[in-house]
Amino acid sequence: MILLWLIVIPLAGGAIAWYAGRFRTAWPRWISLITMLLMSWVSVNIWILHYASLKEMDLHGPWILEVRLSWIPQLGAGFHLGADGLSLIFVLLTAFLGLAAVASSWTEIRERVGFFYLNLLWILAGIIGVFLAIDLFLFYFFWELMLVPMYFLIALWGHENRRYAAFKFFIFTQAGGLLMLISILGLYFVHGKAAGDYSFDYPVLLGTSMSTGTEFWLMLGFFVAFAVKLPVVPVHNWLPDAHTEAPTAGSVVLAGLLLKTGAYGLIRFVVPLFPRASAEFAPAAMILAVIGIIYGAVTAFGQSDLKRLVAYTSVSHMGFVLLGVFVWSELALQGALMQIVCHGLATGALFIIVGALQERIHTRDMGRMSGLWEAAPRMAAAALFFALASLGLPGLGNFVGEFLVLLGAYKTSVAITVVAAAGIVGATVYSLWIVQRVFHGPNEQKWKIPDFSVREMAIMLAMMLSLIWLGIYPQPVFNTSKLAISNLKMIAAPGATTEDIRPAPETEKRLADKSISKTTPSKNLPSPLAKEGQITFLWQREDRRDFIIAYDLLSKSLGGLR
Amino acid sequence: MSAADFTALSPVIVIAVAAIAVMMLIAFSRSHILTVLLTVTGLAGSFFSLFPAAGLVPMAVTPLIVIDGYSLFYMGLILMSGFVVTVLSYSYLESREENPEEFYLLLLLAVLGSMVLVSARHFASFFLGLEVLTVSLYALVAYVREAARSNEAGLKYLVLAGVSSAFLLFGMALVYAGLGTMEFGRIAEKVSIAADNTLVISGFALTVVGIGFKLALVPFHMWTPDVYEGAPAPVAAFIATASKGAVFALLLRFLGGADLQAYRPLFLIFSLLSITSMLAGNLLALFQQNVKRILAYSSIAHLGYLVVAFLAEGRLAATAVSYYLAAYFVTMLGAFGVVTLLSGKKDDAESLDDYRGLAVQRPWLAGIFTVMLLSLAGIPLTAGFMGKFYVVAAGANSALWLLVVILAASSAIGLFYYLRIVAVLFMPGAEEKDAHGPISFSGGFMTVCLAAVLFWLGVYPSFLINLIRTAMSAVH
Repeated sequence: MILLWLIVIPLAGGAIAWYAGRFRTAWPRWISLITMLLMSWVSVNIWILHYASLKEMDLHGPWILEVRLSWIPQLGAGFHLGADGLSLIFVLLTAFLGLAAVASSWTEIRERVGFFYLNLLWILAGIIGVFLAIDLFLFYFFWELMLVPMYFLIALWGHENRRYAAFKFFIFTQAGGLLMLISILGLYFVHGKAAGDYSFDYPVLLGTSMSTGTEFWLMLGFFVAFAVKLPVVPVHNWLPDAHTEAPTAGSVVLAGLLLKTGAYGLIRFVVPLFPRASAEFAPAAMILAVIGIIYGAVTAFGQSDLKRLVAYTSVSHMGFVLLGVFVWSELALQGALMQIVCHGLATGALFIIVGALQERIHTRDMGRMSGLWEAAPRMAAAALFFALASLGLPGLGNFVGEFLVLLGAYKTSVAITVVAAAGIVGATVYSLWIVQRVFHGPNEQKWKIPDFSVREMAIMLAMMLSLIWLGIYPQPVFNTSKLAISNLKMIAAPGATTEDIRPAPETEKRLADKSISKTTPSKNLPSPLAKEGQITFLWQREDRRDFIIAYDLLSKSLGGLR
Repeated sequence: MSAADFTALSPVIVIAVAAIAVMMLIAFSRSHILTVLLTVTGLAGSFFSLFPAAGLVPMAVTPLIVIDGYSLFYMGLILMSGFVVTVLSYSYLESREENPEEFYLLLLLAVLGSMVLVSARHFASFFLGLEVLTVSLYALVAYVREAARSNEAGLKYLVLAGVSSAFLLFGMALVYAGLGTMEFGRIAEKVSIAADNTLVISGFALTVVGIGFKLALVPFHMWTPDVYEGAPAPVAAFIATASKGAVFALLLRFLGGADLQAYRPLFLIFSLLSITSMLAGNLLALFQQNVKRILAYSSIAHLGYLVVAFLAEGRLAATAVSYYLAAYFVTMLGAFGVVTLLSGKKDDAESLDDYRGLAVQRPWLAGIFTVMLLSLAGIPLTAGFMGKFYVVAAGANSALWLLVVILAASSAIGLFYYLRIVAVLFMPGAEEKDAHGPISFSGGFMTVCLAAVLFWLGVYPSFLINLIRTAMSAVH
């Protein structure tokens, strides 16, 4: 039942905060802070309690925690929540960023404070629900539910063009969501007619057999909904507006969590439910991913609005996630997951910095900023740190994520990897560009602004430490998600072995006896998607000794994935 | 007629008696509150007599009327709608019309007509019910005599409804000429045999025109925005819910028995009507500045969604239609309820400006209106979500992919105008708190109740689903 508490706590906290807001404006802030602390405490507790069992093969099914309540038995829809390592990571991220969002809007929001925190906490409840729901009906329910408070958050407390941005956000996501609803129902009936058991339950629906055409269309419905959220390039253009116009907490939640619901959906639903169609679609998705990486980076560089720039970097970074998901090897998935967590932290922090800056100088126009380092050295240092994280500096978490994704992709297609890697160069350019334009140079406008307060530094420090931790010792994340990911991979490719990551001794042996040649059978061919033989531009040559060495070295330096 | 017949028919009889009682009361004493109380008593009495009747179903009373779970379910909905409209009208009429009492007489007659419609199984009772309903509505729409637009709307409704009735009658005559029967059940049986009989096809087409007018399906929707705009807000609520719902229930009984997917001409006609209604309703609503007109176009679009479920086959379709209608009743009554409560002495609150800043001035009312609009948009936690879900499910089950995809696309368009109203509610607006005058307690309480029902149906729909399934077992 503890999973239920994860949803009930923010819902209740939000309602109390709203009510308390009628008496004193400070109360909602404290109540929200306490709520989020409670949330973090609960989720960290779950993590610590189950950490050991997450690493080993467990005996009680894929879920470490499960809640199953009867809801609408007539439709076969139940209130079914379940957590495995994958969802646990997302829940932890939600709790952490939720805390940061509450703290970062402490002084920014002065009107209708109670209602603001009501909306913020209810979004978080909806997001947690999305990460935990394993009944498709319930999932759709939460998926739509988190939109309404987000709409209010943008439309009521946003910046100049807020109403337009809120509309655009809502309509884009809702349209995608409706396509997903059609797909969910399609799957429901396909399964129900075949099995005679009408159910929305995810474990039941897994492995539904259907014709190739049906599978493809149903997959596409899901994919479009998640692609809008992620966002994937042709359907991304709600994002810059929504991120730019939202208040700081809104931007943090949007970039850090809402986008991740799309990634989560791809990993949890699209590939496992429709393995063949996803394999067929993988090349197209990977090309979209690469387009997103490059497009996001280039467009970001062209922005003069600082917040918009940061928003576009999300498009670029989420491209790596999409790439990682559709490569669908353990390596790439771990990388995507790492990228999800670290992007949430780094971009969230950047949005907090931009928000703080706007609160102080009332503009987001980079043309009017320069030389802020001398005015606010602590803020500038923090910005430099997160800019470096964002460009993928080794030693920080984002590097691990991007590197693993590229490594995974390398085994599938060199061309795609090369182009995607160019995106990192773009990231370097725009990240340093932010630091140069905003913080370096002479302080022409003679800005005199208060530097980061203790509260703000506390948020920054917490995020910095997390990023350093994830960059140096990412093993806990891998351990937590390893089993969940291999489960998903097994589901997606029945019959395929999970040995696409070779055990180390074998590698060493092969390196040692120097028997690697062009004729080595592709025993370690990357993904089960590839094994289907449907990706035509596979890179099959396994004779790259240096690659194996590099891979091995990295694995060792990261503490190993095995 | 036996005693059982009377028991089965008692809901209809009670309403008829109530109408006469109200007429007598007005003859003796003109008291608004007494009339309202008598009306409410009549509606409640009729509602409670549904339960003894439920023990006897299904039962054919005369060749004209059939009392089964289906008709009792819709009677319940219509009675509730009548009840809400009565309560809302009380405060509305109290402030503007010197002789408000006859309003309730007409309302009871309209309820009676709707109840006959949902239990009709013969062209004669179909037409009788429809005319009782429509004739009362002519007067109801034009009830506020001082308002020029109310009169205009009444006249418009009179002319167009008259024309559509003529179409309907002619259609019925042709069907009778072609098939030799006026009973729905036998028509459904014979229609597949006479599939390419021109007489029958044109008869059906004309009937569909008549029904299309009543349901305001595009291209027969022209009267809707004007009538909604001109009619008193509670009457508009009644037209949007009970009147359309009853005709739709009749449509489902009339043609639900026939295998529509097999009978291509009708299937095509309804598909086209559905597509045009969904698209035109939502697109035209985008250009409106008047809340009542927006709701009018929104109801056009919603009827288009309903036709998608209607075209689907089997038990799921009937359940979907019924659930959707129940959700739609609650939502539309709630939305028009808020409009009614905000209406001043002279004019209804209909321009978007009237709603500016409502969230600050009247947070509860603004909250309820927001919830109603979100329900119309089909957002979770509200009944509208479950309704839309059901309709899409019914469509997907019958593989009506084109219709379902258009439904999804057009409801995404529809979101825009619902959100626009919501945005206006939360804009900073006029400072003075009493821009709208006091809100009547009864009406306020009614909208709160509707919002509560809305959440209940949206979060825990099992109860209603069970009820509908029990009721529908009689039909399919």
